[in-house]
Parts: sequence; C-alpha cells; structure tokens
Amino acid sequence: MNSAVYSSPVCMLTLTLGSFIIGSWIQRKTHAQFLHPCLTSTVFIIIILCTTGIPFKTYFEANSILNFMLGPSVVAIGVILYEQLDKIRGNVIAILTSVVVGSIVSVFSVMLVGRIFGLNTLLIHSFEPKCLTTPIAMSISQTNGGNVSLTVVTVVVCGIVGAVFGPKLLKLVHVKNPIARGLALGCTAHGLGTARAMQIGAVEGAVSGLAIALMGIASTLIIPLLNFIFG
Amino acid sequence: MKDLKGGFIILFFFALGQFLSALCGGFIPGNVLGMLLLFIALCAHLVKLDDVRSVSHHLTKNMAVFFVPASIGVMEQWGIIRANWGGFLVICIFTTFFVLVTVGTVMQVLVRKEIPHE
Repeated sequence: MNSAVYSSPVCMLTLTLGSFIIGSWIQRKTHAQFLHPCLTSTVFIIIILCTTGIPFKTYFEANSILNFMLGPSVVAIGVILYEQLDKIRGNVIAILTSVVVGSIVSVFSVMLVGRIFGLNTLLIHSFEPKCLTTPIAMSISQTNGGNVSLTVVTVVVCGIVGAVFGPKLLKLVHVKNPIARGLALGCTAHGLGTARAMQIGAVEGAVSGLAIALMGIASTLIIPLLNFIFG
Repeated sequence: MKDLKGGFIILFFFALGQFLSALCGGFIPGNVLGMLLLFIALCAHLVKLDDVRSVSHHLTKNMAVFFVPASIGVMEQWGIIRANWGGFLVICIFTTFFVLVTVGTVMQVLVRKEIPHE
C-alpha cells in the first residue's frame, strides 16, 4: 500500500478518534479511572506509529485540526462561566484567593523540585505552566523560553494524574464542598479535570471550568513575576 | 443554522482575542482574551446565550480528545524525559497532588456555607 494513503489526514484523524473511542469504551467497561482514554489512546497510537514508521510530525500535521480546536474550546468556557454565574456569586473573593494561592503554590513547587533535582532553567520554564490548559500553557512556555512540546506533554500527564486520582485524594483530605472540589480539579487538571468534575456534579463541572480560566489568567501574570524575582 | 451561528461567534471572539493578544505582545494568550471578551459580551447582552450554548457545550464536553495529538509529542520528548525522569515524575505526581489539596482546602475554609440560588 502507498504510504501517502495511510499517513494522509483522513486516516490519521480516523486513527485518533477511533483510538479515543476504544479508550473511552475500555474505561467504561473496566470502571478503572486510571485507564483514562487520553492515556490508552496515546499508547495505542504510539504503537501504531512505531510499527508503521510514520513520523510524529506527519501524524501531528494530519491531526492539526484537533489541536486547533483547543483554542475555540477555551473561548467556549466563557459561556459555561456565564451560565454558572449564580452559583459562584457570594464566593468570588474566596475563589480568586484560592486560585491565586494555587497558582503561586504550583509555580513555587515546580521551582523547588527543579532545584532539588538539578533541572536546568529551560526544563523549569517548560514545567512551570503544567497546571494550565494546553493553549495557555503553550503560550506561556513560549514567552518564557521553555520547550513548548515538553510543556504540552507535561500538561497532559498532570491532567491525567489529577483527573484520575483527584477525586479520591480530595475525599481523603475531607474536601467535600462541591465548589472546593470543582475548583481544585480545574486548577490542577484543566480540561481533563473538568471532564472528570462534570461526571461528579453540575456545580463541580462549572466551577472547574471557571478554575481553568482563572488559573490561566492568574498564572499568565504570576509565572513571569516569580521568574523575575527568583529566576 | 443555530450551530453555524454559534460556531461563528466562538471563532469571531477567538480571532478578536488573537488580534488583541498580538497588539499587547502576546502577554496574555488570545484564547484567554477571547474567553473573557465572550463572557463580557454575554453579560452585556451583546451575544445571546441561546446562540452559543449548544456549540459551547459540545466543545467543552469533548475537550479531552483535543489533547490527544499533543500528547503523542511524548514520542519526540522521550529522550529529555528519560534523562530527567526523577524530576519529571515528582513534578507530574507530587506537585499536582500538592496543588490539588492546597486549592481544595483553602477554598473549603473560605467558602460561604450556603450556596446562593440553589
């Protein structure tokens, strides 16, 4: 078979969607939260790419439409935010405070771990936006001179970790309030956390969407500031 | 037709955000500016919620699949990750848990007991 055919956008897009659907099916059937469809489909696609010898660049360019859709989906969070305005009224200051604390803790802990493990500045700058949604994380990483592809990988891995273990960990530390749970999931696991939060409840889902937006805005300001002070 | 209009509004605000982002030197990403502008437009009743609701729900509900192409990038970054695997794992697991617990706890302490309008 001609390699131009099976590495064409239509085949590569079908591969991505198909793998994701199979991944979602596996997670539903096994009830194993750690088998996140993002994780299983990534493994599946990498195996296919390695066996067929299709380079990552070819795959990524063929799937650029999916990657592009991350932008409009961040814009769409503005609508979710507007719909849930009532639920957060009266807690605006509390939410803003928690998000700013979360953003500072996130950047600080990355800097600290980076120092302990002797990571270079390029790596630390790449890891700093790890809690943010991909499009925002990419922009911040780029502005600060990080490795954008590495940032994206870190963001997805952190998102899976947060979405899979987040709800259990929150229960363990007795965080029961729906607003607090949604906010924590959105602040650490961005879109993947929101997808998980929506399964738990409507308030959790909405607040989590709000958290993505606020965490993005707060970190856009906090990351360069902390880098400037401690860099 | 409704979804078409909704799609147009989302893309329009995304484009507007990108434009403003370029004007301010990319300091705030265009998608975030687009989200804020759309939110403000909804609050000011410049955009009708009904026009954008359905398309926005479709986009946000299926957001996870949009992450897949980017996560395949792990193939390219495998060398860097393997060379720094300790730091990478601690950052991905430990600091993620740390932020999760901090935000959850701080919010639970600060939150007002009754949620209005519920």
